[in-house]
Amino acid sequence: MLPKPVVSSSEYKRMDTMNSQTNETATAVEPAAAQPYNPPFNLRKYVRANSSQLGILGVFLGLWLIFIISAPDTFLSPRIYTAFMTSTPFFAIMAIPLTVIVIAKEMDLSFPSIMAMGMVAFSFVYNQTAFIGGTTASTTVRVGLAILAALLTGIIIGWINGLIIVKVGIPSLVVTIGTQFFWRGAVLVLTSGANFTLDYIRGTIFHPMLVGKIGGFLPMQMVWLVIITILVWLLLNRHRFGAHIYLTGDNINSAELMGVNTGRTRMQAFMLVGLLSAFAGIISCFYVAYFYPNMGSGYLLNTLASVFLGGTSVFGGTGTVLGTFLGAFIIGSIDAATVAVGLTGFLTQLIYGFIIVLSVIMHTYLRKRGE
Amino acid sequence: MEEYRLELRNVSKSFGEVKALEDINFQLGWNEIVGLLGDNGAGKSTLIKIITGYHQPTSGGLYFNGQKVDHLTVPRARELGVETVYQERALAELQTLWRNIFLGRELCNSMGFLDIQRMRDETNRLMTESMGFTSTAVSPDSRVGKYSGGEKQGVAIVRALFFEADIIVLDEPTMGLSLKEAAKLVNFVKGIKQAGKSAIFIDHNIFHVYDVADRVVVLDRGKVAGEFLTKEIGLNELMEKMVHVAETGSFE
Repeated sequence: MLPKPVVSSSEYKRMDTMNSQTNETATAVEPAAAQPYNPPFNLRKYVRANSSQLGILGVFLGLWLIFIISAPDTFLSPRIYTAFMTSTPFFAIMAIPLTVIVIAKEMDLSFPSIMAMGMVAFSFVYNQTAFIGGTTASTTVRVGLAILAALLTGIIIGWINGLIIVKVGIPSLVVTIGTQFFWRGAVLVLTSGANFTLDYIRGTIFHPMLVGKIGGFLPMQMVWLVIITILVWLLLNRHRFGAHIYLTGDNINSAELMGVNTGRTRMQAFMLVGLLSAFAGIISCFYVAYFYPNMGSGYLLNTLASVFLGGTSVFGGTGTVLGTFLGAFIIGSIDAATVAVGLTGFLTQLIYGFIIVLSVIMHTYLRKRGE
Repeated sequence: MEEYRLELRNVSKSFGEVKALEDINFQLGWNEIVGLLGDNGAGKSTLIKIITGYHQPTSGGLYFNGQKVDHLTVPRARELGVETVYQERALAELQTLWRNIFLGRELCNSMGFLDIQRMRDETNRLMTESMGFTSTAVSPDSRVGKYSGGEKQGVAIVRALFFEADIIVLDEPTMGLSLKEAAKLVNFVKGIKQAGKSAIFIDHNIFHVYDVADRVVVLDRGKVAGEFLTKEIGLNELMEKMVHVAETGSFE
């Protein structure tokens, strides 16, 4: 539904007359259409408006420089970057929609369980479609259907999360702690806690499409991460959905008074997390062609840390997917970099903690200055 | 033409056990400014939020141009021409000015993608032409949170006037304003009358209300205690009656 059009020109005049009586500083203005507003580029304003993103970019580049200086052999060869682009997307794909949730002043801790639950639906549909046949073509069809089932499962779980949070009115942190256990439990019950192989996917087109390597260098999961980041960026910054996400997170009361359907907006955000968590589950299972019931549980804190490292405020209303993208790669590189630089692996967590805390302090400081 | 632009018939509203409004009959005529007076907790804000579609009445009906409207929502009330300047201003303070001006009704294409350039252009025009903002701190891309109280109120008012509204609801618009800003606001309300529109004006300050309203409706403890045409009652007399109502709950 389009909003009402801008006031007609006769009305402009009326507002003008109103104004000239009420406001001595106002001057008579032609009731023409709005002049294009194109202020000249102002570097200081730009830096101020984007301080958070520039800050995390600085941290990112700074760390990179330190890595290159301390371990040039490792960080000047492409192999380490292939490794980063292989493993980081598994959780970065979930950190992107989680950013949307946090901007809306909500929280979702159930995404690791959604990863696994989607794969349970995947293997269920694959097993139940055995009647299609055993040729390569029919395996492709079965895997395709199974992928759809996994994605649909993710959306449904996200919808259930949203329904409980919005309709019953329980804080999302509490609800998703519960659903996180519930769906992990469901996975364990439905699989009897067993691991299983997914070797059959290797013969299908989906394997190179989702986790193949372009030119032996660029992993496909990285391509998917970039596509997802761009799409979510568009949704968040160029679409009404994103506008309503920011408004809901900023001041839910104002948003409701002005007619924003905050309930629907938040439910859509939870469904987005569900969809992309299921997708991340598919990708990480396809990469090893293996399923284990605890999959994803190790990603919980990495993913959350990426969002907050990227400058998204836990108080809602501010945040960027670009920040999260950089944050995920900082998180994803520290592990390997610590060892490559020649430090003991025991230091990894210490460095993690140090960088996360320092970055969050930096963001808080920049935000205060920016406002 | 129908007799009233807006009419409430026997409207009641309860929040659980609490009766916020009881059996309210309220009319707003064409091109009329109605002042709504009453003590804290008299039900003024609840009444406003029913008219704007934020709350649904427990019983009773709303009539726009004589037509009964059921299940009024905020977007539906807007389509019917109601615009509101809320007491709490309803701004998103971390967001930019243009996002606040178009809060809840962003200009976008059929796919839902925003027309950001047009919203910024219109915001810039409104600022310079209607708000008379000259401060360099106020630009379409600046965040509303750092504005002064008067500037924030200006944003809320211009937002209400920008879209084709013919019922403008002002809920305590002078709260937190300086004397000069409040005087400017009172002139704004007079401008609404001259523009041929209707308004409901709520304020603690009886002088402001008396100054601009054609008719004053007094609420007390969720009921209409009485109404007066301002041309038939003096300010002193009205004030005496208000004090009397506050003490006894009726004019008698």
